[in-house]
Amino acid sequence: MQYRIRHETVYDYQSDVAHAHHLLHLVPRPAPFQRCLEHAVSISPASVSRREEVDAFGNPVTRIEIATTHRRLDVTSEMQVEVHPRPVLRAADSNPWELCRARLDFDGLSPSHEVLEARRFRHESPHVRIKQQFVDYAADAFAPQRPLLEGAVALMSRLHGDITYAPGETSVATPTTEVLSRRRGVCQDFAHVMIACLRSRGLAARYVSGYLHSRPPARAPQTDSAAAAVAGDVRAAARDEARQRLVGHDASHAWVAVYAPPFGWVELDPTNGCHVGIDHVAIAWGRDFGDVSPLRGVIIGGGRHGLAVRVAVVPVTPS
Amino acid sequence: MPLSFLKATRYDEMADAQGVPRPHWRALLERLGRMDATAARRSIELTRRLIVDNGVTYNVYADPQGADRPWDLDPLPLLVGADEWRGIEAGVAQRATLLDALLRDLYGPQRLLAEGLAPTELAFGHPNFLWPCVGVKPRGGRWLHVYAADLARAPDGRWWVLGDRAQAPSGAGYALENREILEQVLPDACRDLRVRRVRDVFDGLRERVLGAIEESGSPLAVILTPGPFNETYFEHAFLARQLGWPLVEGSDLTVRDTTVYLKTLGGLRRVHAILRRLDDDFCDPLELRSDSALGVAGLLAAVRAGRVTLANALGSGVLESAGWLGFMPGLCARLLDEALRLPSVATWWCGERPALSHVLANLDRLVIKPAYPNQRFEPVFGYQLDGAARERLVARLKARPYAFVAQEYIALSQAPMWRSAPTSGFARRALTIRVYAIAGADGYRVMPGGLARVAHEGTIDVVSTQRGGGSKDIWVLDDAPVTPGAPRGAGPAAAVARPDELPSRLVENLFWLGRYAVRCDDKARLLRSTLGLQVDASAFGHALGVCRALGAVAPATDPAAALRDVADATGLAADVRRLAWSASQVRSRLSERYWRTVVGLQRQLQESAASIENPREALERLLVALAAMRGFASEDMTRDEGWRLMRLGRRIERLQSVATLLALQLESAAATRPRELEWLLDVFDSVVAYRARFTGAPQLRSLLALLLTEHAHPSSVYFQMAGIGAELSSLDESLGSGPESVLHGSLPVPTETQLEAVERDDGAGAAERSRIAAQLRGLAAGAGALSDALSRRYFTHTDSQLQSLAS
Repeated sequence: MQYRIRHETVYDYQSDVAHAHHLLHLVPRPAPFQRCLEHAVSISPASVSRREEVDAFGNPVTRIEIATTHRRLDVTSEMQVEVHPRPVLRAADSNPWELCRARLDFDGLSPSHEVLEARRFRHESPHVRIKQQFVDYAADAFAPQRPLLEGAVALMSRLHGDITYAPGETSVATPTTEVLSRRRGVCQDFAHVMIACLRSRGLAARYVSGYLHSRPPARAPQTDSAAAAVAGDVRAAARDEARQRLVGHDASHAWVAVYAPPFGWVELDPTNGCHVGIDHVAIAWGRDFGDVSPLRGVIIGGGRHGLAVRVAVVPVTPS
Repeated sequence: MPLSFLKATRYDEMADAQGVPRPHWRALLERLGRMDATAARRSIELTRRLIVDNGVTYNVYADPQGADRPWDLDPLPLLVGADEWRGIEAGVAQRATLLDALLRDLYGPQRLLAEGLAPTELAFGHPNFLWPCVGVKPRGGRWLHVYAADLARAPDGRWWVLGDRAQAPSGAGYALENREILEQVLPDACRDLRVRRVRDVFDGLRERVLGAIEESGSPLAVILTPGPFNETYFEHAFLARQLGWPLVEGSDLTVRDTTVYLKTLGGLRRVHAILRRLDDDFCDPLELRSDSALGVAGLLAAVRAGRVTLANALGSGVLESAGWLGFMPGLCARLLDEALRLPSVATWWCGERPALSHVLANLDRLVIKPAYPNQRFEPVFGYQLDGAARERLVARLKARPYAFVAQEYIALSQAPMWRSAPTSGFARRALTIRVYAIAGADGYRVMPGGLARVAHEGTIDVVSTQRGGGSKDIWVLDDAPVTPGAPRGAGPAAAVARPDELPSRLVENLFWLGRYAVRCDDKARLLRSTLGLQVDASAFGHALGVCRALGAVAPATDPAAALRDVADATGLAADVRRLAWSASQVRSRLSERYWRTVVGLQRQLQESAASIENPREALERLLVALAAMRGFASEDMTRDEGWRLMRLGRRIERLQSVATLLALQLESAAATRPRELEWLLDVFDSVVAYRARFTGAPQLRSLLALLLTEHAHPSSVYFQMAGIGAELSSLDESLGSGPESVLHGSLPVPTETQLEAVERDDGAGAAERSRIAAQLRGLAAGAGALSDALSRRYFTHTDSQLQSLAS
């Protein structure tokens, strides 16, 4: 399957922005089952400096600095990506979750490269707390000796059933504990809560950001625009507008990868309660949203601002 | 039920088990023995006074006493013999080298994690392990520039490491200040005992931090502080003065094209090195904590590009966990191929299964601590827990073992304290010491001395400055043969601040310091003169009306109470607070005696608020202090652009107050009454000047001649305007002219006829008076507008609104 993806982010500022630094995660990372054929990021106004680097998690990152006074920032990322089907995994064949956890604990021995990599993703991170309430919430899914992947799928289904997809009610600052108690949120929140449940049990889980293609006529899977993650009334208005424009389009999305030996990393989409397949295109992964947010920045001036995010994922027939 | 191990005999720093003084203490004790009780008491009092006078403070969050609490120093030092010190010195230097190598690995190849020599939980689980710093190679290859070890002495007499400070170790400035004070309290002992100097360790830090700078010109190093609310802000300002580096806040710096710049009066100036006193995760809102308002956006990119040196490197906070202690011997062998010189207190990181079993089986003998600094968990002594509390702790340890550390309980050594009545001997307090190492070209140099921190009660084994413990100076005794004229280090080279190194925020505060100093002065004189009028009811009523119009006396209160009215936002007490605040912001630029006067001013105000002292006397004393500050400012301060803006602030404030007071007088029904005019002359300290020129009862026309247009009288409107003009043109000369920096409004210059007219009681007289009054009010408004224009031109870019975005 091949997709052409266009992701446009527009900030409209009420007053002049004198200077801006931005950090972009908009170029697809190397990932299993997908291949990036081409990509380009265009930025307006022109930046004084632009660096393409790779972050500590292996994600391409673009750093830009804008020194000209501006009232509008327009960042458009375009790419063509090929996605391959994943093999069907028998969840019952994954190792018991306690065994997986024990393999991640320090034992004074030299860990395998894979285990060392997984250990990066089992601790608290700025958006993911480790708490007893997450252990308790997932207790049913993780009965003793249950194969890890079975437990993770059960947890995902439970979250999908328990949490109502409710755009605009949470922001990047909403704590995962609050999402769990209020049971409402967007894809980012689904992913963070699921990761918190897995890590609170000592398992390794990472946050994957990317895009989702929804195919008619099936019920459109739930996605959310990153705009929903921003608080404030002016922004809320802009977001409502943005969402209307997004009707019929897809949007930026987030899901979870869990380390489930012997299969390695297995990706699950708790927002839609499904395995990740050829409809999902990964851009970046990290410990949580903060490591991979598509566009992060610090600006001088600007006043209040409006934000519009538009994403289009269009299947293409390879020529 | 105290357990047997708790009764272990503590090591006594001063005397052996038989109570005989240890050899290295004898000389000091003999000397003290010759002092009588009065002399001893005098030493204690001198210490306290020097601390208050020097304004040595330690801010405690949520302290009801206010932001600043005086530092607590015991005049009796802790003595350490030369041989013993050599062991500590070598051990601390080795540990700094080891931790530097550990950081190099954790943020580089992570071999130690791959080899299983260090647990990933302690690195990846630590909130100060900063992923964006992975792969960063600091300029000069040095992660750790300033390191501190907390040491404790066990009953067996050995020193043990309690913890490591690798983020931005505090206390070294306090150690220097402690020494400065003790050199005055015990000058002879300090010399005769051959106490090693502590100050030299900082010499050349600038050059070492700056490393090999490829650029030409003079490299600039700054100290980055979270600001005056930080608990150790005193020390930040102290170090800035000692090293001669500008003290800056995050908003003073900006990153342009991966280069760090300081916003100065003269524009942007490149910064090559930053000694940070800000926790690493707060340093860059772009890549680290986006909620940090204290950092510098893009700083990490500048570090990554090798354009700036940070001391210590961002991410070094990961080493601040007791969990690492148990791994140090293995890491030392692997990284340095040496045996660890200074042992750590026996520590079990519960993330290892055998360690957890040991801890659970020996809970009574251990102290349980959090492994990560962001955990909400106070250290707890196992033996103090019973029943449910113990079960809860065990459950927590089992649920998340890697987040906890258990340490063997150490009965801390005790040292004598001088604070109790000297006649009845010394009190004894448990203590720990903090020892500092500073990176040099050839390894680490250890400060021969440091900070001893003392528990606030005799047998308490928790030593914490935040919890109210005290401090001691550490005297390391020298046994090297005396070399004549021991070489003093070169000292901080080129410590002279260049005009274009003046941070804009600092200059803005100097400007306001000038304004508040005059505002306090004017209000104090207004109140003083008004209090003197009380016998004359009608003149007093007029004066009180003026005081109220100017906000010097709050409605429904009287001038006698104004000095004590701390709740009145426009009152004198509030202005003194603002003055002190502005002074504290520019502390690094003020001379020692200027600062002492500011501290004394605040103290005096607090005291007079509480006492029944005659308010007029209190005001006179306040005026003397303000006059002293004026003198120190003109005698002690470098006459750069900052000083000039401070003077400009003074002149603008004075112009506003003279013009407004004269306008009020002219508009008043009592405009020409001699008693009221005499009061006004007294307010301006102009009675003598008036009498020198005019005879008889004061007349309005003569008063105007003196206070409006007299060139030579320093209280006149003309004098302020001329001063403003001179300062503005000299600023234009050095910084380039700006069209907006001019004073709008003109000096009223009444003719002879007009002066005749102002004395008249009829309508024409009133019209003439109000014409001049209107002109004066215009001038006062012009002074305010000039102040705003200066802010826009020189200062505003310092408080531009920064926003963090995420989408």
